Amino acid sequence: MFLTNVKNSGNTIQPKFNIPWNDIKRQRILLIWTAIIVIYGVIFYYLPLVGWLTAFEDYKPKDGIFHSSFIGLKKFKMLFSDQTFIRVIRNTLAMGILNLVSTFFMAIVFAILLNEMMFKGYKKLVQTISYLPHFLSWIIVTGILHDALSGSGIINELLVKFNIIDSPINFFAHRVYFWPIVAFANVWKETGWNAIIYLAAITAIDPNLYEAAMIDGAGRWTRIKHVTLPGIRPTIIILLLINVGNILNAGFEIQYLLGNGLIQSVSQTIDIYVLKWGISQGDYALGTAAGIFKSLVSIILIIIVNKIAKHNDQESLF
Amino acid sequence: MINLKKTSTADMLFRTFNGLFMISFVVITLYPIINTLAISLNDGTDALRGGIYLFPRRFSLKNYITVLQKQNLITGAYITVSRTVLGTLLSVVSNAILAFIVSRKGFLLKKQLSIFWVVTMYVNGGLIPTFLLYKGLGLTNSFGVYVIPGMLSAFNMLVIRTYMNGIPDSLEESAQLDGAGYTTIFLRIIAPLCTPVFATIALFVAVGQWNSWFDAMLFNRMSHDLTTLQYELMKLLSSVTNQSTSIESMKNNSGSVTPTSVRAAATMITMLPIICVYPFLQRYFVTGLTLGGVKE
Repeated sequence: MFLTNVKNSGNTIQPKFNIPWNDIKRQRILLIWTAIIVIYGVIFYYLPLVGWLTAFEDYKPKDGIFHSSFIGLKKFKMLFSDQTFIRVIRNTLAMGILNLVSTFFMAIVFAILLNEMMFKGYKKLVQTISYLPHFLSWIIVTGILHDALSGSGIINELLVKFNIIDSPINFFAHRVYFWPIVAFANVWKETGWNAIIYLAAITAIDPNLYEAAMIDGAGRWTRIKHVTLPGIRPTIIILLLINVGNILNAGFEIQYLLGNGLIQSVSQTIDIYVLKWGISQGDYALGTAAGIFKSLVSIILIIIVNKIAKHNDQESLF
Repeated sequence: MINLKKTSTADMLFRTFNGLFMISFVVITLYPIINTLAISLNDGTDALRGGIYLFPRRFSLKNYITVLQKQNLITGAYITVSRTVLGTLLSVVSNAILAFIVSRKGFLLKKQLSIFWVVTMYVNGGLIPTFLLYKGLGLTNSFGVYVIPGMLSAFNMLVIRTYMNGIPDSLEESAQLDGAGYTTIFLRIIAPLCTPVFATIALFVAVGQWNSWFDAMLFNRMSHDLTTLQYELMKLLSSVTNQSTSIESMKNNSGSVTPTSVRAAATMITMLPIICVYPFLQRYFVTGLTLGGVKE
């Protein structure tokens, strides 16, 4: 009855919620696909959010999420009274910021310098080589790092040869070296790749601006400073925003693969902590609580940087 | 053209500096890989003395032969190839369908479906709930865990959608006038035009599949017939780091291979497909990445 009512409504009666039966019929194949895709999305992306409840429970696998007893914020209190966790937050933040600054800076410098190269063929070759490391897995990269930094590795050999040090250093046994090694590895792996976007942005700059600057007598440095850099400014800001939101995600694989017992006080990150407590020790609730903390901080960071960007009338993420 | 007579000293200096910078950049990028190649082609015991830079000192293929004889590495390679092919195929097809739906102009749920996926980029359950979910779904100790959970991703969908939005509407409209349904439009018109962006996504997904090891370690640790190449490589790496290499080599009867040299060979084998494939696909991903990155 409802159906006929809508069908007969025609032009005279306008129901408040007009169900567009014609569109539904025409788009039924799209709607069927949508249903399948939404079911998939609910299962693999939204259902794990229900799992957050475990952080507030005395979770027992045999009882499941809905039958374990509720204990409130106890796990979170445990987390923040754990000295290890505080240190883990420090490590994650420190390495996140260090990586962000170094990879960001290097990518921009590399893009600008590459753009200034005159020989097209050589430029292309350098660029092709530059993003090769991006495609290598962290396993391979850390393996190479181990070789290069080992006692008989190339770095120690060179340092001894040029009399900078007397005997080989074991780089993976001292805490001071860990963060710089991680930052360097990130720069090595991602500089070329990150530069792609800046190079594209530089190509989009109006060549007339460069010509005009040259006629005004601007040297190369002045052109970079007053044409290139302002030209890629929006790109820089948008990438900065994306990366600040990801700062806590900046550490798992490399830290997990390079870390060892001697330096774990500086190498352990939130993700490793979650893995260790959640999976290895079986404290699912504590692991989940640490994961929730990370997610919340990330979301807050994204919202804050986006607000700042909007306030300054620049590009924003959403 | 640039007038050479007019170049100033500052300019010359800049060019020299830039040239040197680029050369050192290339050296730093390539040298570690070349060094690993040299070690992998060198006699293992001899390599322990150090001092191998660009070329092997005592050439030997024994490391590679040892690697190719290890059963778990062969299983790993087989699983890795399977998951890369199947995972890439599934991912490109499903993301293409999703992007197609979301980019249709008059689609009723266009906005809702977009938001539904964009949210997943910012909020996710995290490791433990995901682990419990996969366990509950019976995905642990199965090949499915490699290809099913990552099939759809908001980022890949957005890249494809941006590309599809650039295709003129008139193409679709004229096809519709000829009586084509959405399936026909997708298969006959939109998909063929999207080859470049599909290639980009395929490369991203394929590299991700090829390189991933964490899922093998976390979900299929106990299933030795589901191991992957990278996971085996990781086990090799940790065995080398945890044991003193010299002691290990003395225990080794064959004498000419060491854990370090075998690992170098395994690293090269794992790296090879990527080095072979990516130069051919790079023109695609450069366009794809800039499109997806700048406009979104």
